[in-house]
Amino acid sequence: MTEKIGGKLIKFGDNVNTDVIIPGRYLVSIDPQELAKHAFEPLGPEVQKRLWVSQVVVGGKNFGCGSAREQAASCLIGAGIKAVLAKSFSRVFFRNCINTGLPAVECPEAAEVAADGGEIRIDLAQGRVDVQGKKFSFASYPESLKQILDAGGLIPYLAKYVLPQQEASKR
Amino acid sequence: MGKTFAEKALARAAGLSEVSPGEIVDAYPDLYMSHMASWRCIRTMEKLGTDKLYDVDRIAMVMDHISPAQTAKTADDQRMCREFAQKKGIKKFYDVNAGIAHIVLSEAGHIRPGMVIIGTDSHTTIYGSLGALGTGVGFSELTAAWATGKLWMKVPLSVKVVIEGPLARGVSSKDVMLKLIGDLTADGATYCSVEFHGSYTEGLSISDRMTLCNLAMELGAKNGFVRPDEVTRSYLTGRGVKPGDYSEIHPDADAAYAKTVTIDGRRLTPQIACPHAVDNVKPIEQVAGTKVNQVFIGSCANAKWEDLVEAAAILKGHKIASGVRLLVSPASKEIVERTVRDGTYSIFLEAGALITNPGCSACAGDGGVMADGEVTLSTANRNFQGRMGSYQAEIYLGSPAVAAATAIRGVITDPREFMERK
Ligand code: SF4
Repeated sequence: MTEKIGGKLIKFGDNVNTDVIIPGRYLVSIDPQELAKHAFEPLGPEVQKRLWVSQVVVGGKNFGCGSAREQAASCLIGAGIKAVLAKSFSRVFFRNCINTGLPAVECPEAAEVAADGGEIRIDLAQGRVDVQGKKFSFASYPESLKQILDAGGLIPYLAKYVLPQQEASKR
Repeated sequence: MGKTFAEKALARAAGLSEVSPGEIVDAYPDLYMSHMASWRCIRTMEKLGTDKLYDVDRIAMVMDHISPAQTAKTADDQRMCREFAQKKGIKKFYDVNAGIAHIVLSEAGHIRPGMVIIGTDSHTTIYGSLGALGTGVGFSELTAAWATGKLWMKVPLSVKVVIEGPLARGVSSKDVMLKLIGDLTADGATYCSVEFHGSYTEGLSISDRMTLCNLAMELGAKNGFVRPDEVTRSYLTGRGVKPGDYSEIHPDADAAYAKTVTIDGRRLTPQIACPHAVDNVKPIEQVAGTKVNQVFIGSCANAKWEDLVEAAAILKGHKIASGVRLLVSPASKEIVERTVRDGTYSIFLEAGALITNPGCSACAGDGGVMADGEVTLSTANRNFQGRMGSYQAEIYLGSPAVAAATAIRGVITDPREFMERK
Protein backbone atom coordinates (compact mmCIF):
# COMPACT_ATOMS: atom_id res chain seq x y z
CA MET A 1 0.00 0.00 0.00
CA THR A 2 2.87 2.31 -0.75
CA GLU A 3 1.38 3.89 -3.84
CA LYS A 4 -0.19 7.29 -3.86
CA ILE A 5 -3.51 7.41 -5.61
CA GLY A 6 -4.97 10.41 -7.24
CA GLY A 7 -6.42 12.28 -10.12
CA LYS A 8 -9.69 13.85 -11.04
CA LEU A 9 -12.55 13.47 -8.61
CA ILE A 10 -16.29 13.18 -9.06
CA LYS A 11 -18.36 14.28 -6.10
CA PHE A 12 -21.70 13.00 -4.84
CA GLY A 13 -23.98 13.93 -1.94
CA ASP A 14 -25.17 12.03 1.13
CA ASN A 15 -26.79 8.58 1.17
CA VAL A 16 -25.89 7.50 -2.36
CA ASN A 17 -27.38 4.00 -2.46
CA THR A 18 -26.27 0.86 -4.24
CA ASP A 19 -29.32 0.81 -6.52
CA VAL A 20 -28.07 4.12 -7.91
CA ILE A 21 -24.46 2.96 -8.13
CA ILE A 22 -25.39 -0.22 -9.99
CA PRO A 23 -29.08 -1.01 -10.63
CA GLY A 24 -30.21 -4.52 -9.68
CA ARG A 25 -31.10 -5.40 -13.27
CA TYR A 26 -27.39 -5.51 -14.20
CA LEU A 27 -26.30 -7.87 -11.44
CA VAL A 28 -26.50 -10.78 -13.86
CA SER A 29 -22.92 -9.84 -14.67
CA ILE A 30 -19.84 -9.90 -12.44
CA ASP A 31 -17.50 -8.46 -15.05
CA PRO A 32 -16.28 -5.07 -13.77
CA GLN A 33 -15.91 -3.63 -17.30
CA GLU A 34 -19.40 -4.68 -18.30
CA LEU A 35 -20.86 -3.39 -15.02
CA ALA A 36 -19.04 -0.07 -15.39
CA LYS A 37 -21.18 0.74 -18.44
CA HIS A 38 -24.21 0.93 -16.15
CA ALA A 39 -22.63 2.50 -13.07
CA PHE A 40 -24.71 5.48 -11.91
CA GLU A 41 -27.13 4.99 -14.80
CA PRO A 42 -30.14 6.32 -12.82
CA LEU A 43 -28.35 9.68 -12.56
CA GLY A 44 -28.12 10.02 -16.34
CA PRO A 45 -25.42 9.92 -19.07
CA GLU A 46 -23.74 13.19 -18.05
CA VAL A 47 -22.83 11.83 -14.64
CA GLN A 48 -21.72 8.56 -16.21
CA LYS A 49 -19.40 10.32 -18.63
CA ARG A 50 -17.81 12.25 -15.79
CA LEU A 51 -17.38 9.03 -13.81
CA TRP A 52 -15.46 7.39 -16.62
CA VAL A 53 -12.91 10.20 -16.80
CA SER A 54 -12.46 10.38 -13.01
CA GLN A 55 -10.05 8.42 -10.81
CA VAL A 56 -11.55 9.07 -7.39
CA VAL A 57 -15.17 9.02 -6.23
CA VAL A 58 -15.97 11.37 -3.36
CA GLY A 59 -19.17 10.80 -1.41
CA GLY A 60 -21.00 12.38 1.49
CA LYS A 61 -22.43 10.56 4.49
CA ASN A 62 -23.42 6.90 4.34
CA PHE A 63 -22.01 6.32 0.87
CA GLY A 64 -23.07 2.96 -0.62
CA CYS A 65 -26.04 2.34 1.62
CA GLY A 66 -28.52 -0.33 0.62
CA SER A 67 -27.91 -3.78 -0.71
CA ALA A 68 -24.99 -6.12 -0.14
CA ARG A 69 -24.17 -6.26 -3.86
CA GLU A 70 -20.43 -6.47 -4.29
CA GLN A 71 -20.82 -5.12 -7.82
CA ALA A 72 -21.34 -1.64 -6.32
CA ALA A 73 -17.61 -1.70 -5.61
CA SER A 74 -16.42 -3.69 -8.62
CA CYS A 75 -18.33 -1.55 -11.15
CA LEU A 76 -16.30 1.43 -9.94
CA ILE A 77 -13.09 -0.52 -10.44
CA GLY A 78 -14.30 -1.30 -13.95
CA ALA A 79 -14.85 2.42 -14.55
CA GLY A 80 -11.23 3.10 -13.69
CA ILE A 81 -11.82 4.41 -10.16
CA LYS A 82 -8.77 3.97 -7.92
CA ALA A 83 -10.25 4.99 -4.56
CA VAL A 84 -13.44 6.12 -2.88
CA LEU A 85 -13.33 8.81 -0.24
CA ALA A 86 -16.42 9.74 1.78
CA LYS A 87 -17.64 11.38 4.97
CA SER A 88 -18.80 7.91 6.01
CA PHE A 89 -19.60 4.57 4.41
CA SER A 90 -22.33 2.01 4.81
CA ARG A 91 -20.99 -1.12 6.43
CA VAL A 92 -21.36 -3.61 3.59
CA PHE A 93 -20.13 -1.22 0.93
CA PHE A 94 -16.98 -0.54 2.95
CA ARG A 95 -16.37 -4.28 3.29
CA ASN A 96 -17.00 -4.85 -0.39
CA CYS A 97 -14.46 -2.16 -1.30
CA ILE A 98 -11.73 -3.68 0.84
CA ASN A 99 -12.56 -7.18 -0.32
CA THR A 100 -12.46 -6.24 -3.99
CA GLY A 101 -9.23 -4.31 -3.49
CA LEU A 102 -10.66 -0.80 -3.84
CA PRO A 103 -9.32 1.54 -1.14
CA ALA A 104 -12.18 3.22 0.77
CA VAL A 105 -11.11 6.18 2.84
CA GLU A 106 -13.22 7.84 5.49
CA CYS A 107 -12.25 11.49 5.82
CA PRO A 108 -15.19 13.86 6.42
CA GLU A 109 -13.12 17.06 6.25
CA ALA A 110 -11.60 16.23 2.87
CA ALA A 111 -14.96 15.10 1.48
CA GLU A 112 -16.44 18.41 2.58
CA VAL A 113 -13.96 20.67 0.78
CA ALA A 114 -13.46 18.51 -2.32
CA ALA A 115 -14.80 20.27 -5.41
CA ASP A 116 -16.46 18.28 -8.17
CA GLY A 117 -14.06 17.89 -11.09
CA GLY A 118 -11.05 18.97 -8.99
CA GLU A 119 -7.84 17.10 -8.25
CA ILE A 120 -7.21 14.88 -5.24
CA ARG A 121 -4.21 12.88 -3.97
CA ILE A 122 -4.49 10.12 -1.40
CA ASP A 123 -1.47 8.65 0.35
CA LEU A 124 -2.68 5.42 1.89
CA ALA A 125 0.51 4.54 3.70
CA GLN A 126 0.78 7.93 5.39
CA GLY A 127 -2.95 8.41 5.86
CA ARG A 128 -2.99 11.77 4.06
CA VAL A 129 -5.27 13.48 1.58
CA ASP A 130 -4.37 16.49 -0.56
CA VAL A 131 -7.32 18.35 -1.99
CA GLN A 132 -8.12 22.00 -2.84
CA GLY A 133 -4.66 22.96 -1.65
CA LYS A 134 -5.37 21.62 1.82
CA LYS A 135 -4.01 18.58 3.65
CA PHE A 136 -6.02 16.22 5.81
CA SER A 137 -5.22 13.02 7.63
CA PHE A 138 -7.19 9.87 8.21
CA ALA A 139 -6.80 6.78 10.39
CA SER A 140 -4.83 4.12 8.54
CA TYR A 141 -6.17 0.61 8.12
CA PRO A 142 -5.62 -2.13 10.67
CA GLU A 143 -2.86 -4.53 9.57
CA SER A 144 -5.27 -7.31 8.58
CA LEU A 145 -7.17 -5.08 6.15
CA LYS A 146 -3.95 -3.65 4.76
CA GLN A 147 -2.85 -7.13 3.76
CA ILE A 148 -6.12 -7.77 1.92
CA LEU A 149 -5.89 -4.46 0.04
CA ASP A 150 -2.24 -5.07 -0.79
CA ALA A 151 -3.06 -8.43 -2.27
CA GLY A 152 -5.71 -6.81 -4.46
CA GLY A 153 -8.75 -8.07 -2.54
CA LEU A 154 -9.95 -10.93 -0.40
CA ILE A 155 -9.92 -13.65 -3.05
CA PRO A 156 -6.34 -13.04 -4.26
CA TYR A 157 -5.35 -12.68 -0.59
CA LEU A 158 -6.81 -16.08 0.26
CA ALA A 159 -5.27 -17.69 -2.79
CA LYS A 160 -1.87 -16.28 -1.93
CA TYR A 161 -1.69 -16.65 1.85
CA VAL A 162 -4.53 -18.54 3.49
CA LEU A 163 -5.23 -21.53 1.29
CA PRO A 164 -1.57 -22.62 0.90
CA GLN A 165 -1.30 -22.52 4.72
CA GLN A 166 -4.42 -24.62 5.09
CA GLU A 167 -2.98 -27.13 2.66
CA ALA A 168 0.35 -27.17 4.50
CA SER A 169 -1.26 -27.74 7.89
CA LYS A 170 -3.22 -30.69 6.53
CA ARG A 171 -0.06 -32.44 5.45
CA MET B 1 -18.74 -4.11 32.68
CA GLY B 2 -21.28 -6.43 31.08
CA LYS B 3 -21.39 -7.45 27.45
CA THR B 4 -23.91 -6.80 24.70
CA PHE B 5 -25.43 -9.53 22.56
CA ALA B 6 -23.12 -8.88 19.62
CA GLU B 7 -20.00 -8.88 21.80
CA LYS B 8 -20.93 -12.27 23.23
CA ALA B 9 -22.02 -13.79 19.93
CA LEU B 10 -18.85 -12.73 18.11
CA ALA B 11 -16.60 -13.84 20.97
CA ARG B 12 -18.18 -17.28 20.75
CA ALA B 13 -17.86 -17.46 16.95
CA ALA B 14 -14.22 -16.36 17.16
CA GLY B 15 -13.41 -18.78 19.98
CA LEU B 16 -12.33 -15.96 22.30
CA SER B 17 -13.29 -15.45 25.93
CA GLU B 18 -14.29 -11.87 25.30
CA VAL B 19 -14.13 -9.16 22.65
CA SER B 20 -14.71 -5.41 22.63
CA PRO B 21 -16.12 -2.96 20.07
CA GLY B 22 -13.67 -1.97 17.33
CA GLU B 23 -11.70 -5.21 17.56
CA ILE B 24 -11.32 -7.16 14.31
CA VAL B 25 -11.70 -10.88 14.84
CA ASP B 26 -11.67 -13.98 12.68
CA ALA B 27 -15.15 -15.36 13.21
CA TYR B 28 -16.36 -18.81 12.18
CA PRO B 29 -20.00 -18.28 11.15
CA ASP B 30 -22.45 -21.13 11.83
CA LEU B 31 -24.33 -20.68 8.57
CA TYR B 32 -23.57 -19.11 5.19
CA MET B 33 -26.63 -18.11 3.22
CA SER B 34 -26.47 -17.29 -0.45
CA HIS B 35 -29.40 -16.65 -2.76
CA MET B 36 -29.48 -16.53 -6.53
CA ALA B 37 -25.99 -15.00 -6.24
CA SER B 38 -24.63 -18.43 -5.33
CA TRP B 39 -23.40 -18.85 -8.91
CA ARG B 40 -21.06 -15.92 -8.34
CA CYS B 41 -19.63 -17.78 -5.34
CA ILE B 42 -19.18 -20.91 -7.46
CA ARG B 43 -17.32 -18.89 -10.10
CA THR B 44 -15.23 -17.27 -7.38
CA MET B 45 -14.30 -20.71 -6.02
CA GLU B 46 -12.99 -21.54 -9.48
CA LYS B 47 -10.94 -18.36 -9.42
CA LEU B 48 -9.58 -19.36 -6.02
CA GLY B 49 -8.47 -22.61 -7.55
CA THR B 50 -9.96 -24.86 -4.91
CA ASP B 51 -13.06 -26.97 -4.70
CA LYS B 52 -12.77 -27.98 -1.06
CA LEU B 53 -15.50 -26.69 1.19
CA TYR B 54 -14.86 -26.02 4.87
CA ASP B 55 -18.18 -27.43 6.06
CA VAL B 56 -20.85 -28.30 3.56
CA ASP B 57 -23.53 -28.40 6.25
CA ARG B 58 -23.09 -24.71 6.98
CA ILE B 59 -23.97 -23.78 3.41
CA ALA B 60 -27.54 -22.79 2.67
CA MET B 61 -28.65 -21.85 -0.84
CA VAL B 62 -32.04 -20.50 -1.78
CA MET B 63 -32.93 -19.61 -5.35
CA ASP B 64 -34.78 -16.39 -4.59
CA HIS B 65 -34.44 -12.89 -6.11
CA ILE B 66 -35.24 -14.17 -9.61
CA SER B 67 -37.65 -17.08 -9.53
CA PRO B 68 -38.49 -18.71 -11.79
CA ALA B 69 -35.77 -17.83 -14.31
CA GLN B 70 -36.70 -15.19 -16.87
CA THR B 71 -33.79 -15.49 -19.26
CA ALA B 72 -31.61 -18.29 -20.54
CA LYS B 73 -28.68 -16.73 -18.67
CA THR B 74 -30.51 -16.87 -15.31
CA ALA B 75 -31.70 -20.40 -16.03
CA ASP B 76 -28.10 -21.36 -16.66
CA ASP B 77 -26.94 -19.69 -13.42
CA GLN B 78 -29.61 -21.53 -11.49
CA ARG B 79 -28.66 -24.81 -13.10
CA MET B 80 -25.07 -24.19 -12.05
CA CYS B 81 -26.21 -23.78 -8.43
CA ARG B 82 -28.46 -26.84 -8.54
CA GLU B 83 -25.71 -29.04 -9.96
CA PHE B 84 -23.13 -27.70 -7.53
CA ALA B 85 -25.45 -28.37 -4.59
CA GLN B 86 -26.03 -31.88 -5.77
CA LYS B 87 -22.41 -32.64 -6.46
CA LYS B 88 -21.26 -31.27 -3.12
CA GLY B 89 -24.11 -32.74 -1.10
CA ILE B 90 -25.49 -29.40 0.08
CA LYS B 91 -28.60 -30.42 1.98
CA LYS B 92 -29.88 -26.93 2.70
CA PHE B 93 -30.61 -26.22 -0.95
CA TYR B 94 -34.00 -24.68 -1.76
CA ASP B 95 -35.10 -24.24 -5.34
CA VAL B 96 -37.18 -21.57 -7.12
CA ASN B 97 -40.42 -22.86 -5.60
CA ALA B 98 -39.43 -22.21 -1.96
CA GLY B 99 -39.70 -18.44 -1.47
CA ILE B 100 -37.52 -15.75 0.10
CA ALA B 101 -34.36 -17.15 1.67
CA HIS B 102 -34.71 -15.40 5.02
CA ILE B 103 -38.20 -16.70 5.62
CA VAL B 104 -37.57 -20.15 4.14
CA LEU B 105 -34.49 -20.79 6.32
CA SER B 106 -36.29 -19.60 9.45
CA GLU B 107 -39.27 -21.85 8.74
CA ALA B 108 -36.96 -24.80 8.10
CA GLY B 109 -35.44 -24.50 11.57
CA HIS B 110 -31.96 -23.59 10.28
CA ILE B 111 -31.85 -20.30 12.19
CA ARG B 112 -31.21 -20.73 15.90
CA PRO B 113 -30.47 -18.47 18.86
CA GLY B 114 -26.80 -17.67 19.41
CA MET B 115 -25.72 -18.46 15.85
CA VAL B 116 -23.59 -16.13 13.76
CA ILE B 117 -24.91 -16.12 10.20
CA ILE B 118 -23.61 -14.38 7.10
CA GLY B 119 -25.64 -13.94 3.93
CA THR B 120 -25.19 -12.38 0.49
CA ASP B 121 -28.09 -10.10 1.24
CA SER B 122 -28.16 -6.98 3.35
CA HIS B 123 -31.38 -7.96 5.14
CA THR B 124 -29.62 -10.92 6.72
CA THR B 125 -30.11 -8.79 9.86
CA ILE B 126 -33.55 -10.43 10.04
CA TYR B 127 -32.12 -13.49 11.84
CA GLY B 128 -31.98 -11.44 15.03
CA SER B 129 -35.70 -12.20 15.27
CA LEU B 130 -34.66 -15.69 16.41
CA GLY B 131 -31.83 -14.50 18.63
CA ALA B 132 -29.07 -15.00 16.04
CA LEU B 133 -26.51 -12.51 14.74
CA GLY B 134 -27.15 -12.20 11.02
CA THR B 135 -25.21 -9.84 8.79
CA GLY B 136 -24.88 -9.16 5.06
CA VAL B 137 -21.66 -9.71 3.12
CA GLY B 138 -20.52 -9.64 -0.50
CA PHE B 139 -20.18 -12.78 -2.58
CA SER B 140 -16.38 -12.88 -2.34
CA GLU B 141 -16.66 -12.92 1.44
CA LEU B 142 -19.22 -15.67 1.36
CA THR B 143 -16.95 -17.67 -0.90
CA ALA B 144 -14.12 -17.10 1.56
CA ALA B 145 -16.27 -18.68 4.26
CA TRP B 146 -17.11 -21.62 1.99
CA ALA B 147 -13.43 -22.29 1.51
CA THR B 148 -11.88 -21.36 4.86
CA GLY B 149 -14.80 -21.31 7.30
CA LYS B 150 -13.85 -17.90 8.60
CA LEU B 151 -14.25 -14.23 7.89
CA TRP B 152 -12.89 -11.01 9.37
CA MET B 153 -15.49 -9.19 11.38
CA LYS B 154 -15.37 -5.99 13.33
CA VAL B 155 -17.00 -6.09 16.75
CA PRO B 156 -19.71 -3.43 16.58
CA LEU B 157 -20.89 -0.88 19.07
CA SER B 158 -24.45 -1.58 20.19
CA VAL B 159 -27.52 0.62 20.15
CA LYS B 160 -30.42 -0.11 22.48
CA VAL B 161 -33.86 0.65 21.10
CA VAL B 162 -36.57 0.57 23.75
CA ILE B 163 -40.06 0.24 22.29
CA GLU B 164 -42.97 0.76 24.64
CA GLY B 165 -46.26 -0.91 23.76
CA PRO B 166 -48.88 -1.98 23.14
CA LEU B 167 -49.14 -0.20 19.81
CA ALA B 168 -52.05 2.06 18.99
CA ARG B 169 -54.76 0.65 16.73
CA GLY B 170 -53.91 0.48 13.03
CA VAL B 171 -50.19 0.66 13.85
CA SER B 172 -47.73 -2.19 13.31
CA SER B 173 -44.09 -3.14 13.68
CA LYS B 174 -43.51 -1.61 10.23
CA ASP B 175 -44.70 1.79 11.45
CA VAL B 176 -42.42 1.53 14.49
CA MET B 177 -39.43 0.91 12.23
CA LEU B 178 -40.31 3.63 9.72
CA LYS B 179 -40.65 6.11 12.57
CA LEU B 180 -37.30 5.01 13.98
CA ILE B 181 -35.57 5.23 10.57
CA GLY B 182 -37.10 8.67 9.95
CA ASP B 183 -35.88 9.90 13.34
CA LEU B 184 -32.41 8.35 13.35
CA THR B 185 -31.86 8.58 9.55
CA ALA B 186 -30.46 5.98 7.17
CA ASP B 187 -27.07 5.96 8.88
CA GLY B 188 -28.39 6.27 12.42
CA ALA B 189 -26.89 2.94 13.45
CA THR B 190 -24.18 2.33 10.84
CA TYR B 191 -21.97 -0.61 11.82
CA CYS B 192 -23.91 -1.01 15.07
CA SER B 193 -25.72 -3.96 16.54
CA VAL B 194 -29.29 -2.82 17.18
CA GLU B 195 -30.95 -4.52 20.15
CA PHE B 196 -34.68 -4.15 20.53
CA HIS B 197 -35.93 -3.99 24.11
CA GLY B 198 -39.00 -2.65 25.89
CA SER B 199 -42.49 -3.83 26.73
CA TYR B 200 -43.53 -4.05 23.07
CA THR B 201 -40.94 -6.73 22.33
CA GLU B 202 -41.92 -9.00 25.20
CA GLY B 203 -44.00 -11.88 23.92
CA LEU B 204 -44.01 -10.32 20.44
CA SER B 205 -44.68 -12.63 17.47
CA ILE B 206 -41.71 -13.87 15.46
CA SER B 207 -43.27 -12.23 12.40
CA ASP B 208 -43.13 -8.78 14.02
CA ARG B 209 -39.62 -9.46 15.32
CA MET B 210 -38.63 -10.24 11.75
CA THR B 211 -39.98 -6.89 10.57
CA LEU B 212 -38.01 -5.08 13.30
CA CYS B 213 -34.72 -6.85 12.61
CA ASN B 214 -35.16 -6.75 8.83
CA LEU B 215 -35.60 -2.99 8.78
CA ALA B 216 -32.74 -2.44 11.22
CA MET B 217 -30.66 -2.71 8.04
CA GLU B 218 -32.18 0.54 6.82
CA LEU B 219 -30.55 2.25 9.82
CA GLY B 220 -27.22 0.95 8.52
CA ALA B 221 -27.05 -1.72 11.24
CA LYS B 222 -24.68 -4.66 11.16
CA ASN B 223 -27.35 -6.82 12.78
CA GLY B 224 -30.61 -6.63 14.72
CA PHE B 225 -31.62 -8.56 17.82
CA VAL B 226 -34.64 -9.41 19.95
CA ARG B 227 -34.04 -11.49 23.07
CA PRO B 228 -35.15 -15.07 22.70
CA ASP B 229 -38.03 -16.00 25.01
CA GLU B 230 -40.92 -18.46 25.24
CA VAL B 231 -42.25 -17.24 21.88
CA THR B 232 -38.90 -18.00 20.25
CA ARG B 233 -38.64 -21.40 21.88
CA SER B 234 -42.12 -22.46 20.91
CA TYR B 235 -41.60 -21.23 17.32
CA LEU B 236 -38.48 -23.37 17.15
CA THR B 237 -40.11 -26.37 18.78
CA GLY B 238 -42.80 -26.12 16.13
CA ARG B 239 -40.00 -26.37 13.56
CA GLY B 240 -38.47 -29.45 15.14
CA VAL B 241 -35.69 -27.59 16.95
CA LYS B 242 -35.41 -28.48 20.64
CA PRO B 243 -33.97 -26.18 23.33
CA GLY B 244 -31.00 -28.56 23.65
CA ASP B 245 -30.11 -27.88 19.99
CA TYR B 246 -28.99 -24.30 20.63
CA SER B 247 -27.70 -22.00 23.32
CA GLU B 248 -29.31 -18.63 23.76
CA ILE B 249 -27.20 -15.53 24.16
CA HIS B 250 -28.59 -12.67 26.20
CA PRO B 251 -27.03 -9.24 26.73
CA ASP B 252 -25.98 -8.40 30.29
CA ALA B 253 -28.08 -5.90 32.20
CA ASP B 254 -25.04 -3.64 32.61
CA ALA B 255 -23.81 -3.91 29.01
CA ALA B 256 -22.47 -0.71 27.43
CA TYR B 257 -24.49 0.88 24.61
CA ALA B 258 -23.36 3.65 22.28
CA LYS B 259 -26.82 5.11 22.66
CA THR B 260 -30.29 4.30 23.89
CA VAL B 261 -33.35 5.40 21.96
CA THR B 262 -36.90 5.16 23.25
CA ILE B 263 -39.94 5.03 21.04
CA ASP B 264 -43.48 5.19 22.38
CA GLY B 265 -45.58 2.84 20.28
CA ARG B 266 -48.74 3.69 22.19
CA ARG B 267 -48.85 7.12 20.58
CA LEU B 268 -47.64 6.21 17.13
CA THR B 269 -49.68 6.70 13.93
CA PRO B 270 -49.15 4.92 10.60
CA GLN B 271 -45.96 6.10 8.88
CA ILE B 272 -44.95 6.31 5.23
CA ALA B 273 -41.45 6.40 3.70
CA CYS B 274 -41.58 8.71 0.68
CA PRO B 275 -39.46 8.53 -2.51
CA HIS B 276 -36.51 7.93 -2.91
CA ALA B 277 -35.12 7.30 0.59
CA VAL B 278 -36.24 5.04 3.41
CA ASP B 279 -35.57 7.79 5.94
CA ASN B 280 -37.81 10.28 4.15
CA VAL B 281 -40.62 9.37 6.55
CA LYS B 282 -43.87 11.25 7.09
CA PRO B 283 -46.94 10.52 9.21
CA ILE B 284 -49.69 9.24 6.94
CA GLU B 285 -51.79 12.41 7.28
CA GLN B 286 -49.20 14.27 5.23
CA VAL B 287 -49.26 11.93 2.23
CA ALA B 288 -52.79 10.54 2.35
CA GLY B 289 -54.53 11.17 -0.98
CA THR B 290 -51.44 10.55 -3.12
CA LYS B 291 -52.54 8.63 -6.22
CA VAL B 292 -51.00 5.21 -6.81
CA ASN B 293 -50.95 2.90 -9.85
CA GLN B 294 -49.82 -0.19 -8.03
CA VAL B 295 -49.81 -1.67 -4.54
CA PHE B 296 -47.27 -4.35 -3.71
CA ILE B 297 -47.69 -6.59 -0.69
CA GLY B 298 -44.48 -8.56 -0.58
CA SER B 299 -40.85 -8.89 0.56
CA CYS B 300 -39.06 -10.40 3.52
CA ALA B 301 -40.13 -7.38 5.58
CA ASN B 302 -43.87 -7.76 5.18
CA ALA B 303 -45.21 -10.77 3.27
CA LYS B 304 -45.34 -13.25 6.10
CA TRP B 305 -48.56 -15.02 6.94
CA GLU B 306 -49.39 -12.52 9.69
CA ASP B 307 -48.87 -9.60 7.28
CA LEU B 308 -51.14 -11.13 4.66
CA VAL B 309 -53.84 -11.76 7.25
CA GLU B 310 -53.54 -8.14 8.42
CA ALA B 311 -54.03 -6.87 4.86
CA ALA B 312 -56.83 -9.34 4.13
CA ALA B 313 -58.76 -8.22 7.21
CA ILE B 314 -59.09 -4.80 5.61
CA LEU B 315 -59.63 -6.02 2.04
CA LYS B 316 -62.37 -8.45 2.98
CA GLY B 317 -65.62 -7.54 1.25
CA HIS B 318 -63.96 -4.80 -0.83
CA LYS B 319 -62.74 -4.52 -4.39
CA ILE B 320 -59.55 -2.72 -5.29
CA ALA B 321 -59.94 0.65 -7.02
CA SER B 322 -60.33 0.48 -10.77
CA GLY B 323 -57.13 1.05 -12.69
CA VAL B 324 -54.99 0.01 -9.70
CA ARG B 325 -52.94 -3.19 -9.67
CA LEU B 326 -52.61 -5.07 -6.41
CA LEU B 327 -49.68 -7.47 -6.44
CA VAL B 328 -49.37 -9.97 -3.62
CA SER B 329 -46.22 -12.08 -3.34
CA PRO B 330 -46.26 -14.35 -0.30
CA ALA B 331 -42.82 -14.79 1.27
CA SER B 332 -42.74 -18.58 1.14
CA LYS B 333 -44.41 -21.69 -0.15
CA GLU B 334 -45.50 -22.56 3.38
CA ILE B 335 -47.24 -19.20 3.65
CA VAL B 336 -49.05 -19.77 0.36
CA GLU B 337 -50.32 -23.11 1.66
CA ARG B 338 -51.48 -21.56 4.90
CA THR B 339 -53.36 -18.72 3.18
CA VAL B 340 -55.01 -21.18 0.85
CA ARG B 341 -56.17 -23.28 3.79
CA ASP B 342 -57.49 -20.43 5.92
CA GLY B 343 -59.23 -18.50 3.14
CA THR B 344 -56.88 -15.50 3.06
CA TYR B 345 -55.88 -16.40 -0.48
CA SER B 346 -59.50 -16.16 -1.67
CA ILE B 347 -59.98 -12.77 -0.04
CA PHE B 348 -57.13 -11.40 -2.13
CA LEU B 349 -58.46 -13.00 -5.31
CA GLU B 350 -61.97 -11.71 -4.72
CA ALA B 351 -60.67 -8.21 -4.08
CA GLY B 352 -58.98 -8.28 -7.49
CA ALA B 353 -55.37 -8.99 -6.53
CA LEU B 354 -52.79 -10.69 -8.69
CA ILE B 355 -51.07 -13.29 -6.52
CA THR B 356 -47.61 -14.32 -7.68
CA ASN B 357 -45.44 -17.27 -6.78
CA PRO B 358 -43.56 -16.92 -3.49
CA GLY B 359 -40.26 -15.02 -3.71
CA CYS B 360 -38.72 -11.57 -3.78
CA SER B 361 -40.86 -10.62 -6.77
CA ALA B 362 -41.28 -6.86 -7.31
CA CYS B 363 -39.01 -6.06 -4.35
CA ALA B 364 -36.09 -7.25 -6.45
CA GLY B 365 -37.57 -5.78 -9.63
CA ASP B 366 -38.40 -9.36 -10.63
CA GLY B 367 -41.75 -8.62 -12.27
CA GLY B 368 -44.21 -5.96 -11.13
CA VAL B 369 -42.10 -3.13 -12.51
CA MET B 370 -43.40 0.35 -13.21
CA ALA B 371 -43.56 2.60 -16.28
CA ASP B 372 -42.33 6.22 -16.28
CA GLY B 373 -44.28 8.41 -13.90
CA GLU B 374 -46.00 5.56 -12.08
CA VAL B 375 -46.32 5.23 -8.31
CA THR B 376 -46.29 2.12 -6.11
CA LEU B 377 -47.19 1.80 -2.45
CA SER B 378 -45.10 -1.13 -1.27
CA THR B 379 -44.74 -3.10 1.96
CA ALA B 380 -41.08 -3.79 1.17
CA ASN B 381 -38.07 -2.24 2.85
CA ARG B 382 -36.54 -0.07 0.10
CA ASN B 383 -37.84 2.70 -2.12
CA PHE B 384 -34.66 3.55 -4.01
CA GLN B 385 -34.96 5.12 -7.44
CA GLY B 386 -35.22 2.51 -10.17
CA ARG B 387 -35.65 -0.44 -7.82
CA MET B 388 -39.00 -1.31 -9.44
CA GLY B 389 -38.63 -0.52 -13.11
CA SER B 390 -38.41 3.01 -14.48
CA TYR B 391 -35.95 5.47 -12.95
CA GLN B 392 -38.82 7.96 -13.29
CA ALA B 393 -41.19 5.97 -11.06
CA GLU B 394 -41.81 6.44 -7.36
CA ILE B 395 -42.09 4.03 -4.44
CA TYR B 396 -43.76 4.75 -1.10
CA LEU B 397 -43.33 2.29 1.76
CA GLY B 398 -45.95 1.42 4.36
CA SER B 399 -47.46 -1.37 6.44
CA PRO B 400 -49.64 -4.19 5.08
CA ALA B 401 -52.71 -2.44 6.52
CA VAL B 402 -51.83 0.79 4.72
CA ALA B 403 -51.27 -1.21 1.52
CA ALA B 404 -54.71 -2.81 1.72
CA ALA B 405 -56.51 0.46 2.44
CA THR B 406 -54.59 2.14 -0.37
CA ALA B 407 -55.49 -0.59 -2.87
CA ILE B 408 -59.19 -0.09 -2.11
CA ARG B 409 -59.14 3.68 -2.58
CA GLY B 410 -56.41 4.02 -5.20
CA VAL B 411 -54.79 6.76 -3.15
CA ILE B 412 -52.60 6.47 -0.05
CA THR B 413 -55.11 5.82 2.71
CA ASP B 414 -55.02 5.61 6.50
CA PRO B 415 -56.09 2.04 7.38
CA ARG B 416 -57.85 3.26 10.50
CA GLU B 417 -60.61 4.57 8.27
CA PHE B 418 -61.54 0.98 7.53
CA MET B 419 -61.08 -0.23 11.05
CA GLU B 420 -63.37 2.36 12.56
CA ARG B 421 -66.20 1.51 10.27
CA LYS B 422 -66.21 -2.12 11.35
S1 SF4 C 1 -37.58 -9.63 -0.55
FE1 SF4 C 1 -36.49 -7.80 -1.20
S2 SF4 C 1 -35.30 -7.16 0.56
FE2 SF4 C 1 -35.96 -9.26 0.94
S3 SF4 C 1 -34.28 -10.55 0.23
FE3 SF4 C 1 -35.70 -10.32 -1.49
S4 SF4 C 1 -34.97 -8.55 -2.67
FE4 SF4 C 1 -33.96 -8.50 -0.65
